[in-house]
Order: sequence, then C-alpha cells, then structure tokens
Amino acid sequence: MDKLLEWLKRVDFPTLVISLFLVALFFVAIFVEVPIPSLLSDSIRRIGMNGVLVLAMVPTIRVGVGPNFGLPVGIIGGLLGALISMQLGLSGFLGFWVAVFLSAAICVGIGLGYGWLLEKVRGQEMMVGTYMGYSIVAFMSIMWLMLPFTNPDMVWAIGGKGLRYTLTLDKYFGHVLNNFLKFKVGGVEVPTGLILFFAGACLLVYLFFRTKVGLAIDLVGQNEKYAISSGVNPKRARLVAVVLSTVIAGVGIIVYAQSYGFLQLYQAPLFMTFPAVASILIGGASIRRANIRNVVIGTVIFQTLLTISLPVLSQVTRGDVTEVMRLIVSNGMILYALTRAPREAG
Amino acid sequence: MEKLKKVLISYAVPIFFSILCVSAVLVAKIPPLFLASEIVRRLSRNTFLVLSLIIPIVAGLGLNFGIVLGAMAAQAALFFVVDWKIKGIPGVLVACLMASAISVVLGWLAGLVLNKAKGREMITSMILGFFANGIYQLIFLFFVGSIIPYRTRQFLLPEGVGLRNMVDLYGTVASALNNAWVVRIGTIRVFILPLLIVGVLCLFITFLFKTKLGQDIRAVGQDMHIAEVAGIDVNKVRVIAIVISTVLAAIGQVIYLQDIGTVNTYNSHEQIGLFSIAALLVGGATTRKATIWNAIIGVLLFHTLFVVAPSAGNRLFGQPQVGEFFREFLAYAVIAFALAMHGWRTKRILM
Repeated sequence: MDKLLEWLKRVDFPTLVISLFLVALFFVAIFVEVPIPSLLSDSIRRIGMNGVLVLAMVPTIRVGVGPNFGLPVGIIGGLLGALISMQLGLSGFLGFWVAVFLSAAICVGIGLGYGWLLEKVRGQEMMVGTYMGYSIVAFMSIMWLMLPFTNPDMVWAIGGKGLRYTLTLDKYFGHVLNNFLKFKVGGVEVPTGLILFFAGACLLVYLFFRTKVGLAIDLVGQNEKYAISSGVNPKRARLVAVVLSTVIAGVGIIVYAQSYGFLQLYQAPLFMTFPAVASILIGGASIRRANIRNVVIGTVIFQTLLTISLPVLSQVTRGDVTEVMRLIVSNGMILYALTRAPREAG
Repeated sequence: MEKLKKVLISYAVPIFFSILCVSAVLVAKIPPLFLASEIVRRLSRNTFLVLSLIIPIVAGLGLNFGIVLGAMAAQAALFFVVDWKIKGIPGVLVACLMASAISVVLGWLAGLVLNKAKGREMITSMILGFFANGIYQLIFLFFVGSIIPYRTRQFLLPEGVGLRNMVDLYGTVASALNNAWVVRIGTIRVFILPLLIVGVLCLFITFLFKTKLGQDIRAVGQDMHIAEVAGIDVNKVRVIAIVISTVLAAIGQVIYLQDIGTVNTYNSHEQIGLFSIAALLVGGATTRKATIWNAIIGVLLFHTLFVVAPSAGNRLFGQPQVGEFFREFLAYAVIAFALAMHGWRTKRILM
C-alpha cells in the first residue's frame, strides 16, 4: 500500500488523469460492445507507428534544448530518403532499409545545419524550431513540385510533373515491418516486426546514453557549467543531440509511412510535431527531463487513448469528437509542461 | 557611411521585401489599378489586427500568438449576432461589445498563463492558441445546437448540431462598416470608416504610451527586475497588456470579417495569427520593438506580395501553386528569421 502511494506521488498529475480516463473508456467500450480485440490490434499498430517519432524528442530534451519542435526538419529528410528509394524502384525490405539509410545520411546533413542554427539562438530553440519546421515544410512543398522525380507512381498523372499529395507504398515498402513475423492471438493482431523495430530503436538510444558522448549530453543538460569544468564541449554535445534527434525523426517518418501504407507530402509533416511532443510529456517527461520509459508509456497511453476513443465516443456522441479531443489533450499537455518548468529548474 | 550601414542593417527586412514586391509586381504584370484597389482594401481590412500586436511587444512579451483567442471571441460573437439577425452597424457594434467582453476574460486567463511561463511567452502563447482552438471546436461543433440554442438552421450541420464550415454574413453585417462611407477614386473604392477606425486606434496607442500605464508597460518591457524594484506590479502590467491586445484583436477580427463577408468557422482565426505577425515583422518590427509604422508598412508590403505571388509564380514556373506555396513559405520564413534574430540578440546580451 505504501509502495502504491509512493508510486502515485511520483506519477505526474496529468498522466494520472489521462490514464484514468483511458481505463474509464475501456469500461465504456465493454458496455457498448465495441470489439475489444480489434481495438487492441489498432492500438498496438499505432504505438509502433508513432513511437519512433516520439523517441526523437529524447536527445534534445536531455541536452537542455527542450522538445524538438523542429521535428518536420527531420521528417523532410526522411521523406527525401523514402522518395529516392521509391524512385529507384526498390521494394520490400531492400527498399525500406535503403530508405532508412539514405534518410539517416540526409538527416545528418540537415541536422548539422539545424543544430548550428539552434546554437545561435540559445534560449529560443522551441520557437525557432517550430517556425523552422513550418518554413522548411512550405519550402519543400515548392520543391516537391519542382524536383525531377519521374516514377509514374509518384508524379501527377496529368502533366507528369510534381509529386502527388499521397503516394501509395504497396508496390514498395508498405507494411514490410508490420507483416514481418505477424501473428494473431485471440483476435489481436501483433505486428512483430514493427514492435521489434521500435524496441530496437529504444534500445539503441538507451545504449547511446550509456556511451561517453551520451553521458556528455546528459551532463550538459543537467548543468552546463559543471559540464564545461569536466571537459565537455557543450556546443558539440548540443549539436550531436540535435543531429541525433533529426536522424531519429527521419527514420521515424519512414516507419510511420510503411505502417500507414502511404507517404504523405506537402503539409502533412506539420501535423506530426505536436502529438509527438505531447506523447512524451504524457509519459511523464518535462521540457528538461526525459527518458525511454517516458517515450514508451507516453506513446502507449496517448495512442491507445486516440484509438479507442473514436469508436467508443462515437457511440455516445455524434460525429468525430476525437479530433477535437486530440487537440485539447495534446496542446493542454504541452501548455501544462511549459508553465510548470521554472519551479523544477529552480 | 557608418550610419548608412546601420540604417541598412536595421531596415534589412522591409528593404528586402520592397525589392521582392517590386520584382514580383513587374513579373506578374498585374494591372496597377487592380493592385491599388486590392491594397487599399487590405489596408482597411487588416491593419487593425496587426496593430493589436504592438502592446505586448513593447511590454516584453514578444509576439502575441494569442491574438487568435481574440479572433475566436470575435467569431463567436458574430455567430450569435447573425443568429439574432441584428443587421448593419448595430450588428457590428453588438458583435464588438460581445467579443470584447469575451476577450477580456480570455486575455486575462492568457495573461495568467503567460506569467507562469516567463521567458517562453511566445511558444506558450502559440500553444495556448492551439489549445483554445480545441475548446472552440468543441463548443461550435458539438455544443451549439445541442446545449447552446441556435435558431438559424441553415448554418447548422444537417443533424442540427454544430456549425457548418461557412457562416454567411451577407444580409446581416457583411460590409456594414465598408459601405457606411465609400469614396471612389477612379475605379478604386476607398472604405473610409474602417480606415478612420484604424486611425483612431493609432492615436489611442500613441496616447496610451504617454500615460502612466504606458510608461509602466515600457518599463516592464525593458527590464522586469528593475521595474519590479521601481514598484511596478509587473505581473499585473503584463496581464493588462495581453488583455488589451486580445480585445483589440477581437475588434480587428470583426472588422476583417465584415469585409470578407463569410466566416470560415474553423479556419479564419488560424490564419489571422500567422499573417498578422508576418505582416508586422515584414514592416521591420522585431520581437522587442514595434511601432505603428511597422504595422502599416508591413501590411502594405506583405499584402502586395500576397496579391501578386500566385500570378508571379505562374509566370515564372508555369504553376500558380508554386506562387501560393512561396507566399506561405515567406510568411513562415520571415517569422523564423525574426525569431532567430531575437534569439541571436538575447544571447549576445546574456553573454
């Protein structure tokens, strides 16, 4: 009992409220006879689908830059990698891994530039990051129209120029992770490959923070002056963290796209950022402190919430209230985190 | 020479945009009379909103992305004015009063939140806008027609709950202010009343900064700690600055929407924040310094570009879409640039 109380004290208030809400939804789901197994399958799929993107928040938060609001910067790199892989006509796992490695390479480049910029604007990273994200998405919208991609599956049928809004991945690397070692237990479908990939990514980031570079990042985030005195170069640590976050974001969007089955261009990258930031905060992170556990818990809670609230709430109310709920929950969570940080820093 | 260099650097953004505007106008080959009439109209439509951003900047809160709260209040008020079928200028007045009342409450709440996030006001006000947007959607998609009575069936969704995407102001308050006094110069129609209101607001802002409150706002904006020591209630002044800004934004949005004539129920307020802020920054304002002239020049430049960008894009690249994305890119990029400059400078001061 004491242990339970102790644990409750450590859990964040919003995390607790949202979890309780989730449990309540499950009970309602049983009452209104929504098929639970299919809900669970969807939840698991969406957790794996979004998890890697949420993971991208960890390095920047830990180094003291705050959540990476410039997530679209990395996503653009990922999209480029995926597009090149498609242009080459690669399919299946080959296509997937080529996309991943290409996008990682591109993201290292973009990340270096982005990290350099963020270093110049220390203290305003969140705001500058947000608008860098918006700018690059608008800029790349022009590029999607002009870049010389020629694969007829990718460009507009009429005119033959400019990429389409959504590209179908069926012939390329759609669902490759989801279908890898997929099995069914009691009606619940488990996309083993997807979950394995997410777990592997988490493990890699976890191990990275055990290395010397990772520890340096942590140190800079906790106390910059102390870090300098122990011989760490904080600028370099921040640059590494931003590049890492950008790379994870790039890989994250490929995982997302293969699970979704479509590659979304133009405005779509903008809608990835705030849910990802909210997820890690729901998992108990703050804008100065985050670990892998926050990523996993946050993604599980937030994605399950979104998945089951749609069918459950549509039984109770009319229309799609989930979209509105997503807005309120995710932005409310970010707002909460932004307003409470000074106490924690002090 | 040194002085010239300084001027060039501090006016870099407006100069760059002037050049961009002129070249875009030349490329687009838009008839000058059409362009002039569009710009005059946009000046009377958008300037009030842009001016509403000035006070929080002077108070040191940076760009108030929270003006969307005021815009939402204005739309909420307009929906009911339309429902009650109050027409013409009385309708606009009632809408302004209601919107102001809601905005005082919203602005006060926003001020309290921003006081808890000192040093992160801009990102917080932006997220606050998104959060409020969620609440707004909840109210107007699910509560209107069910909990909140609403009579005009034609604006409701088929099931009778929730507003449609478009709410029409024609026949009620559309162009009420515009048509009150129109002066024709050739083919250009100048709407005098909105321009007069903008003029009054400019006088009000100038006057405000001469009062005790205005001086306090300036003091808080320069240095919170010194202001605190000097006996100014910093938190209160900051809340007042946000309240004024939100109320002005609400009135500005009413003026804007009566000109447009239709309310995009779930979109109109979203764009307003972005375009107003971009316009102010284009006019040479920074996150720490903004004047009335920045606002007016900004609206002039930004909206010239806005009008000509699609056809310029069409001429240059054969795709009007390129121009549209380009104009969006410029709006975002100018904000990103201003923010980066802000971060750069604050960092230098801290060092």
